[in-house]
Amino acid sequence: MVAYLDHAATTPIRPEARRAMLALMSEPGFGNPSGAHSVARAARRAVEDAREVVAAALGAEPSQVVFTGGGTESDNLAVAGRSPRGHILCSAVEHDAVLESVRAAGGTTVGVNPEGQVDLDDLKRALGAEPAPAAAPPTPAAPPGSARGSAPTPASLVSVMTANNETGVVQPLDRVIGITRRKAPAALVHTDAVQAVNWLDPAAATAGADLVSISAHKFGGPQGVGALVVRNAADLDVTVHGGGQEAGRRSGTHNVAGIAGLAAALAVVQEDREALVKRVGDLRDRLADGLLASVPGAVETGRREDKVAGICHLCIPGVESEALVFLLDQAGVCASAGSACASGATQVSHVLRAMGVPEELARGALRLSLGWTTTEEDVDAALEAVPAAVARLRSSAAAVPAVRAPSPARSAR
Amino acid sequence: MRVLAAMSGGVDSSVAAALLVDEGHQVVGATMKLWGGPSDSGCCSVSDVDDARRVCHQLGIDHHVFNFSEDFDRHVVGPYVEAHRSGLTPNPCIECNRHIKFDRFLDRALQLGFDAVATGHHARVVRLPGAAALVRGRDAAKDQSYVLSMLGQAQLARLLLPVGEMTKAEVRAEAARRGLRTAAKPDSQDVCFITASAGRPAFLGQRIELHPGRLVDSANGATVGTVDAIELVTVGQRRGIGSGPDGRRHYALSVDPRAGQVTVGPLEELMTDLVRVGAWTWTAHPVEPGTAVGAQVSAHGRALPARLDPDGHQVRLVEPTRRVAAGQTVALYDGDEVLGSAVAV
Repeated sequence: MVAYLDHAATTPIRPEARRAMLALMSEPGFGNPSGAHSVARAARRAVEDAREVVAAALGAEPSQVVFTGGGTESDNLAVAGRSPRGHILCSAVEHDAVLESVRAAGGTTVGVNPEGQVDLDDLKRALGAEPAPAAAPPTPAAPPGSARGSAPTPASLVSVMTANNETGVVQPLDRVIGITRRKAPAALVHTDAVQAVNWLDPAAATAGADLVSISAHKFGGPQGVGALVVRNAADLDVTVHGGGQEAGRRSGTHNVAGIAGLAAALAVVQEDREALVKRVGDLRDRLADGLLASVPGAVETGRREDKVAGICHLCIPGVESEALVFLLDQAGVCASAGSACASGATQVSHVLRAMGVPEELARGALRLSLGWTTTEEDVDAALEAVPAAVARLRSSAAAVPAVRAPSPARSAR
Repeated sequence: MRVLAAMSGGVDSSVAAALLVDEGHQVVGATMKLWGGPSDSGCCSVSDVDDARRVCHQLGIDHHVFNFSEDFDRHVVGPYVEAHRSGLTPNPCIECNRHIKFDRFLDRALQLGFDAVATGHHARVVRLPGAAALVRGRDAAKDQSYVLSMLGQAQLARLLLPVGEMTKAEVRAEAARRGLRTAAKPDSQDVCFITASAGRPAFLGQRIELHPGRLVDSANGATVGTVDAIELVTVGQRRGIGSGPDGRRHYALSVDPRAGQVTVGPLEELMTDLVRVGAWTWTAHPVEPGTAVGAQVSAHGRALPARLDPDGHQVRLVEPTRRVAAGQTVALYDGDEVLGSAVAV
């Protein structure tokens, strides 16, 4: 049996989503929604039904929902769509989809406090000199880093995620919005809500944000489909050109089955969320408390009360995440170090670095993320496997240097 | 045995893993991510990781990626740059083997409960009662025992080199027979973290300040020319060094970045029968001074007849050879068996 505790990476598909998708991948649901005949109309109907579901869940108008190829694309559309209009700021703990887009646009990052929440004073400082003189000469791209002084040109976008993908820490988005409106009235606020939809009412959690990214596979829908909600008639440059689908904001033939799957999963989560949060939150608490008690030196990242219900993130001194995840995999527990690059290699997390977590702790990061399929047995499996793996790594870490020690004749090292 | 196979995404390590699976070992493949920068191939690009992963899929074994890029920076790239700054000619592949593949990776394997590691190097580990010997690979043209010459018993005891008994052609044929996607992949060339297009000058130029240097004739101390970057000059180099007054080609005889000076002279001054080295690592036992050995001074060279001088820090060659640049590795052989190695000073 495999204990799947990597829901923050991707969730198992909800049966309702699978059924909705299968219906559209069969006759006669295969149509191109942009066509002018009965088959096309059936597909268009599915997309528009889905749009209403998303709009209702996000507290937006259907016309404000842009279907995309996933969370990363939504984030890119938001950042790239605003970058020609001025400076972009984001928190230092954003997902790479935002962080790298902001970096590419020459933007600035705003620091976080040790609890992993965006530093509001740093944000105020970064927006401080707003509005900058309109005649200011173009400045070279600022290197990402803590905001110093003021943004070089008027801010066009502030992007702060709703909940962090590694630590699960929920950001003080309402205060970010308040500060931005006051300091930089021309700037829009974007929030990457990809990790939040499962656990928080997305309409309330993202209230007031102009742009919201969501991704289906984080809440029981399929991979490769998401949405960008563009509220308040927000002005975005077009970055994906083509046939003009999605009101010209995102061209390309719709992923009709994916969109239907997204909406079906979202509908289930909207119904189920209260019970899910209670049930999974209890499981997560039992898991986190159990590991903190059984793994000497383990430290929980961020404050429990700030986190979404599904994430248990620990830093374990004296072990390396990569080795720990390997042993957990062998023990049938699917876990994550929290951050990986395209090749699959584990990286020291920029999130933990931004929080000021000491290197020695950050190297031993472990994320166990729970979701709608998680059972008591899964938690039991992790409660057994993690302390065993940590003990093993710690004991062999002490034994291994003997292999490396130079023999008397091997003096060169 | 439980074996962790180091898989670079190349044909040799692909076949190595396949052979171990055939032999009935419990094999897991692992690719080390070592370098985050641009690379022609080496062992680090996403496409190489993908190739290794795909081969593991075909072999029906698990594949993992280990990110050792920080260790690689610290133990290989940093010292490489530093060595060039101080006028040495480093061999980063050897340092990678020393510090990464047969230290960090081996440690990780043992930590995870593996009995041994395997690589696709063309060399052989011969197990004798109570000891393991490192021996040249069967394909003399592809032999890689030189770059493994720093290994000791602790590493050899846990090392499997399954393709050492095969020629490169046999390895490729085996990969093709099994339909492995790496069968026709070109051999990796040169230093994995330096691209052919940008080259060493650009790589070093981004990391250290390059200084012009004077070419000084060894015969009379006269300045006979200049080079743009003394950090890029290697002992034995001919290109850009010019000729003597008699029209004979000159070579770089020694490089002194602190004085900004490259001493140059004709070929006979480059020739020497003496190589001074630092501390030795021995595969099993120290070589007694005076013992007749073979000394190999470059990855693609052959072993030259030699003896170890009494002080243990000089290798005396029977026939003079071109001066060995400081930083290069000298490996000692008894026939095909590696005895040990040291770095020229």
